[in-house]
Amino acid sequence: MYRKDGEDYFIVDAHIALWDARPGNQRNIHGKQFIDCFYDYHRNLSPESELWPYEDYLYYGSDRLMRDLFDDGYVDHAIFQPALLGEFYRTGFGQTDEAWELTRKHPDKLTYNHCFDPRNGEAGLDQLRADAERFGLTGVKLYTAEWHGQSRGYKLTDPWAYKYLEVARELGIRNIHVHKGPTIRPLDRDAFDVADVDHVASDFTDLTFVVEHCGLPRLEDFCWIATQEPNVYAGLAVAMPFIHTRPRYFAQIMGELLYWLGEDRIMFSSDYALWTPKWLVERFVDFQIPAGMTEYAPLTTVQKKKVLGLNAARLYDLDVPERLRLPDAGEPLTGPREPAAAS
Amino acid sequence: MWAALATVVDPELDRPLTELGFVRSVAIDGAAVEVHLRLPTSFCAPNFAWLMASDAYDAVADVPGVRHVVVELDDHHDSELINRGLAAGKGYRETFGHEALESLDELRETFRRKAYVVAMERAITRLLPRNVAELTLADVPDGDPVFRHRAALGLSLDGSEPLLTDQYGGPPGPLELRRARSVRISVEGNAHFCRGLLATRYENEVLT
Repeated sequence: MYRKDGEDYFIVDAHIALWDARPGNQRNIHGKQFIDCFYDYHRNLSPESELWPYEDYLYYGSDRLMRDLFDDGYVDHAIFQPALLGEFYRTGFGQTDEAWELTRKHPDKLTYNHCFDPRNGEAGLDQLRADAERFGLTGVKLYTAEWHGQSRGYKLTDPWAYKYLEVARELGIRNIHVHKGPTIRPLDRDAFDVADVDHVASDFTDLTFVVEHCGLPRLEDFCWIATQEPNVYAGLAVAMPFIHTRPRYFAQIMGELLYWLGEDRIMFSSDYALWTPKWLVERFVDFQIPAGMTEYAPLTTVQKKKVLGLNAARLYDLDVPERLRLPDAGEPLTGPREPAAAS
Repeated sequence: MWAALATVVDPELDRPLTELGFVRSVAIDGAAVEVHLRLPTSFCAPNFAWLMASDAYDAVADVPGVRHVVVELDDHHDSELINRGLAAGKGYRETFGHEALESLDELRETFRRKAYVVAMERAITRLLPRNVAELTLADVPDGDPVFRHRAALGLSLDGSEPLLTDQYGGPPGPLELRRARSVRISVEGNAHFCRGLLATRYENEVLT
């Protein structure tokens, strides 16, 4: 929980990882390229006081994760969203056993989402059933640019992806976190395109699709589909740290999301350990749309409370203390908000 | 040579490679030219990387007097694949094999349309608070990028054409201008982030 100026905020970090990118776990040059890419994100978007040494960034372990999130970071609950990256790392990038062990120790604080890959066919469906039982899954993380043998990406509209989503639904998995990346098959198309999310969101109206990085680098395409689909949410991973380096751009991202999706479908995350939640939570609570940017309404405390935790708590049935809840305001489900701002 | 490379644009950002800092080095030895390119991350999309590298190859090869061209993309997850394809004079499909279906024409077209929408939104915003529905190309100053982008899409440049259109040049939908603004914000944001990442990645490097 975070308290500022007499207001209390329930904090859910909706996208965290426990990764191991040390050289010993790198399968090839791509393992190094991948973590170096993350580290450049970290270096480029962090305040100097929050920079980690490269060695710490490669692997930080359970104790540091607990400290950064729950002792220092104000987080009440965090959700693992693991990426496998099996072609780059020997035991995978996200450390399943270690993250699950931690989740079992702290079920009040942690939720473990696992991943699946529709290119694993029937065997993968059996694995998904086993994983759902082992982890009590209510959500999964899908990285569509995962490399897999000869394939370096897939679409959610691929026939096997539909089979997996149908089985996921049967198993009680409700929240599908989608992370787009740079590769897809065929490479003729834009790998970051979120049009496939539009299709599955229409065909699986009882599932919620959380598009991570709010569709970045295709914010505009994401907003356009999300405004029409009430079960499409924006995850703020990677968008959050712009609050420091480029506050005007961050204001535009928030302004666009609030205009197209409304305040009930946006979720905070630090993308730990890309960044740590402490400074992001502090900055976000203090943040305001810059004076002069009159195309957007000022952010309200209610909006900040929803984004920082209450929206994710609703999706994951988290127990929010009575005094930290908000009454249901009956927001419209779809369509742009404040149409006057469109002029 | 620099001028030739300046004609090559990043399709996503609609800016020349030279301006973005993506040209790492140019070495000229008589009729032989070797160009190295660099990108903000190892994981920039390989289809865009290919478009930029192959466009750079063509631009350099078209310079009078140039007989031998080497263009290499450095430090990318597909560097080996792309550089081998360029060196062998292969096209997109031959280079990417089973991952390539037809061509990258549609991808290029998609981003030409986005670039047009961005230019259109900027042109309109500069003319506000005039009535958007009444604006035509005649209201836009000569030399505005919107003309270049319309021409690239084969759209009419006649002064009587309405300024606000959809991405195909057709009649606008009810939220067209608002949507165009989202495109502009997105492209500007990406361009800034890409420049920042490039600077972080190559912070100690001096260009030659």
